[in-house]
Amino acid sequence: MDLSQYTLIWEYMQPELLLLIATVLLFFIDLFASPRFLDKWFSATACFLLAVVTILGCIPGEATHTLFGGMFISTPMTTAMKMVLNIGTILILLQAHTWINSEACKVRRGEFYELMFFTLFGMYLMISSGHFLIFFIGLETASLPIAALVAFNKQGGDSYESGAKYLFNAVFSSAIFLMGISFMYAIGGSLYFVDIATVATTHTALFIVALAFIITGIGFKLSLVPFHLWTADVYQGGPTAVTAYLSVISKGAAAFAFLWVLFKTFSPSHEMWQGILYALIILTITLGNLFAIRQKDLKRFLAFSSISQAGYIMLGVMAYSAQGLTALVYYILVYIFSNLAAFGVIAAIENKTGKVNMDDYNGLYQTNPKLSLAMMLAMFSLAGIPPFAGFFSKFFIFASAVNSGFYILVLIALINTIISLYYYLLVVKAMFINPNENPIEPIKTDCYGRTGLVICVAGILLLGIASCVYGYLSGLSLTVGI
Amino acid sequence: MEYTIFILLLPLAMFLLLGLLDTKLKPRVAGILGTLGMTVCTALAYYTAYLFFTQSRVDGVYPSHTPVNYEWLRFTEHLHIDLGIYLDPISVMMLVVITTVSLMVHIYSLGYMHGEKGFQRYYAFLSLFSMSMLGLVVATNIFQMYIFWELVGVSSYLLIGFYYTKPAAIAASKKAFIVTRFADLGFLIGILILSFFTKTFDFATLTANPSAIITESAGMTFMGCSVASWALALIFMGGAGKSAMFPLHIWLPDAMEGPTPVSALIHAATMVVAGVYLVARLFPVYCVTPEVLDLITTVGAITALYAAIVACVQTDIKRVLAFSTISQIAFMIVALGVASDTDLHAGLGYMASMFHLFTHAMFKALLFLGAGAIIHAVHSNEMSEMGGLRKYMPITHITFLIACLAIAGIPPFSGFFSKDEILTAVMHKSTFWGIWMTIVAGLTAFYMFRLYFRIFWWKETDCSHHTPHEAPLTMTLPLIFLAVVTCVAGFIPFGELVSVNGQPYHIHLDMSVATTSIIVAVCAILLATWMYLKENNKPGNIEKATSVLHRAAYRRFYIDEIYLFITHKIIFNLICRPIAWFDRHIIDGTMDMFANVTQCVSARIKGLQSGSVQGYVWLILIGSLLVATITICCCL
Repeated sequence: MDLSQYTLIWEYMQPELLLLIATVLLFFIDLFASPRFLDKWFSATACFLLAVVTILGCIPGEATHTLFGGMFISTPMTTAMKMVLNIGTILILLQAHTWINSEACKVRRGEFYELMFFTLFGMYLMISSGHFLIFFIGLETASLPIAALVAFNKQGGDSYESGAKYLFNAVFSSAIFLMGISFMYAIGGSLYFVDIATVATTHTALFIVALAFIITGIGFKLSLVPFHLWTADVYQGGPTAVTAYLSVISKGAAAFAFLWVLFKTFSPSHEMWQGILYALIILTITLGNLFAIRQKDLKRFLAFSSISQAGYIMLGVMAYSAQGLTALVYYILVYIFSNLAAFGVIAAIENKTGKVNMDDYNGLYQTNPKLSLAMMLAMFSLAGIPPFAGFFSKFFIFASAVNSGFYILVLIALINTIISLYYYLLVVKAMFINPNENPIEPIKTDCYGRTGLVICVAGILLLGIASCVYGYLSGLSLTVGI
Repeated sequence: MEYTIFILLLPLAMFLLLGLLDTKLKPRVAGILGTLGMTVCTALAYYTAYLFFTQSRVDGVYPSHTPVNYEWLRFTEHLHIDLGIYLDPISVMMLVVITTVSLMVHIYSLGYMHGEKGFQRYYAFLSLFSMSMLGLVVATNIFQMYIFWELVGVSSYLLIGFYYTKPAAIAASKKAFIVTRFADLGFLIGILILSFFTKTFDFATLTANPSAIITESAGMTFMGCSVASWALALIFMGGAGKSAMFPLHIWLPDAMEGPTPVSALIHAATMVVAGVYLVARLFPVYCVTPEVLDLITTVGAITALYAAIVACVQTDIKRVLAFSTISQIAFMIVALGVASDTDLHAGLGYMASMFHLFTHAMFKALLFLGAGAIIHAVHSNEMSEMGGLRKYMPITHITFLIACLAIAGIPPFSGFFSKDEILTAVMHKSTFWGIWMTIVAGLTAFYMFRLYFRIFWWKETDCSHHTPHEAPLTMTLPLIFLAVVTCVAGFIPFGELVSVNGQPYHIHLDMSVATTSIIVAVCAILLATWMYLKENNKPGNIEKATSVLHRAAYRRFYIDEIYLFITHKIIFNLICRPIAWFDRHIIDGTMDMFANVTQCVSARIKGLQSGSVQGYVWLILIGSLLVATITICCCL
């Protein structure tokens, strides 16, 4: 490789490389800066670095680039996806501030941020990959640090148990995924997405097994039913910030990656994976909802809600169209704001009182009207009530699936939104209507958490109305050419 | 002229600021902030009007502008909802009217609402209303107009129900909202039909090719009328609701439960003329369906007479003014109905309508604000509590008198000129309606002077327990300003600025019409003087002699009762009850069944989530193998 090759790499892999630089910088700051500075400014520095990465690296350009002989692909849409993930991660960092600076976690603060950045790096690779090996490396880079993050709380046994469960399940699903791609190699003799798309057009049994295994591997990360069982246990046991991360960023990245794999690699056999997804989506949405109804622990509750949300997200993949791609990215963007608003409130209350049960939230409105309102908006948006952003994202994703002819599927999804409305409103009812003798005392959030919440609420209120966001994404997905 | 966006953004910002901070602001600060915001807004509107009417004409017409346009929602290639600002003579004229009256009301309220609970909220709502109304008039397309149309409805609802502890106010606010909302249903259907055929919401496109609706929907009829007629009549229904045309007028008299300045702003000067503005905005389109214009004329003429008769016997001074408003708006509507866009002369009614809208806004706001000052002093709305107030409230007295002369059509006050143009236009079209409207004009003069004499003359006030006093300066200043405007507005060369096709129209008085109307008005005033100058038995005797008619007029010809009968007895019993039963038993039953089934299944499958990792891994494996097997079975 001559020098110009390096400049090309620098140019085309800007998000990845900038993120790496940010991680290294963070490492050195953690190592050398004075403890007083760290106490005060470390979260801010991390957020700032990520924001810089976003602004410098993740503004979508216009051209499509490939590197390493097509192993790495950067298109305007992938860059936009990375930007979406960054926005979510910044919000989580803001919300994690209180918890990570508590006495128990302070010492390992640096690790938290670096691990989080590494997983983000893995997700970038997954999204931009054009080859299954790169994809697998990305998948693992994104998975393993999360296991450490889930087990981050040292004193809590739950946290360890969750970490172990996550690791075990992740390793297992990775194994299945690896088996899937090795089958694929056996069929096509190549692991390039483009090659597989041209070679693997006959539906042999081996091909179907390979496809099923690949879907399993990524379906695990998305927590699609029946690969979802780890979700509730891990969400409940992990630190709230990590749970939030798992439920929006990790899920969002997996959805993006899944979309590219299916659209690029398996485009000739799209009818087949659409059939598989059809069943998985119905199972995911319905079972997620049915489980969510009974949950009293809010983190478990959000785990199941996020399972059914994954089902809705998959509708965008089902559509197999530019509209579906737009709707999916838009859905995840809105989902990030809505779900993180919920997690932000939960984190704020958990940090001060340790309470995460829905009954503890009874009468919250009397003592914490602002937190209750934020939570209410989050629930409304997740349930898809107009005029909040969640309504528009649901509308667009349903519209994309309808345009591809999946009427019955959308009907089932619609019925499920009604069921989901019930349990989302349970939370609102607890906060606003249920009486309580001694509700949670007034909580003062720090300025980081508050900023995070304000951004989330603003997103919920504005994203739907500002049609330019959807229009912009739509313009980007038209360049993909599906 | 991009700065015009601030005419909308400023009141919006004030609404958000005052609404969010609410009681955290001192009432005084909130009031002054709101007023300052409106002052800047007014200055901007005047500046816009100055720029607009001093620009050079192109082909004899002031070119219209669209300084701001943002495409909000796109449905199809042609059909999209935009949000923007459209400036043409009538929208600029409306900007001036709305900001002027709104500013006067803002200042006046500083005194009138002083010490009221919820003062900040009041100013927040006033700002919201101003923003919505300004957005309505500058709308670039009919859908934007509809959005702001609903927003003014909401602000009107909020302001009528401002004294939310008073049951009457709550009932009135609900009534206003429901009646206008019902009319808006027609409006929306009309918009959808119109845009479906013409494939645009845009006013400029609609009016540039007004016969598009006819050509696009050629041959289609519904119940004997063409699609075009239906669309335009339904759109007019929305306008009739907002402008309180018979029989949708029932909400306006009740809306007087709101604070008086609000009545002046919303229910006299601005919002209630939205219907007139709507017809004027779409006027070229209306001209292609003369039958709808005839309908508009008839509705307007009936309303004008009806409201004028009712106004003659009401005893609540705000109700008198409310019915007078209905009657005057009907004048504008009639003027539009008799106009056509063939040439300047045939389009006189259009100009006259806009002119009357302008002058009426000023003198009717003045009347309401004067009534507010009187109510402020007497603490009652009833005429029987008043009388002989001229000595105690000289400024209110003089300004009120000026407004009364203007509305009665006595030269040289503004109302004379505009009303005269309307009568001329109507007389040209049809002598029957011309005589009809002249009679209404006479009635107007009568009931206004009945009101005037009962308030300021009639008897000497009983000062034993409470002496009425003149209102504070914040309240008298707007009165004086509006009185001055009322005196001079008639001399504005209005026809030069606004006319049906934009060409300058030189206003000249039709001597025969003018003389007749002056004679009728003077006779009516003399009659009122004879009856009401001094306390006497004449009115009582006449009441007794015509007791049935008087009673019917006092009860507004039982229109409200008819509404109640139709809604409560017929619709509620025959339609709503069965539907409610169906809803409660069949629909709710189905939903309950769903819910119960869901809960049951949810309880059954709980066991799956065991917490044992081995089980989870098994399920993953089995799941993925199942997926593979089933797919193989299906595909091979």
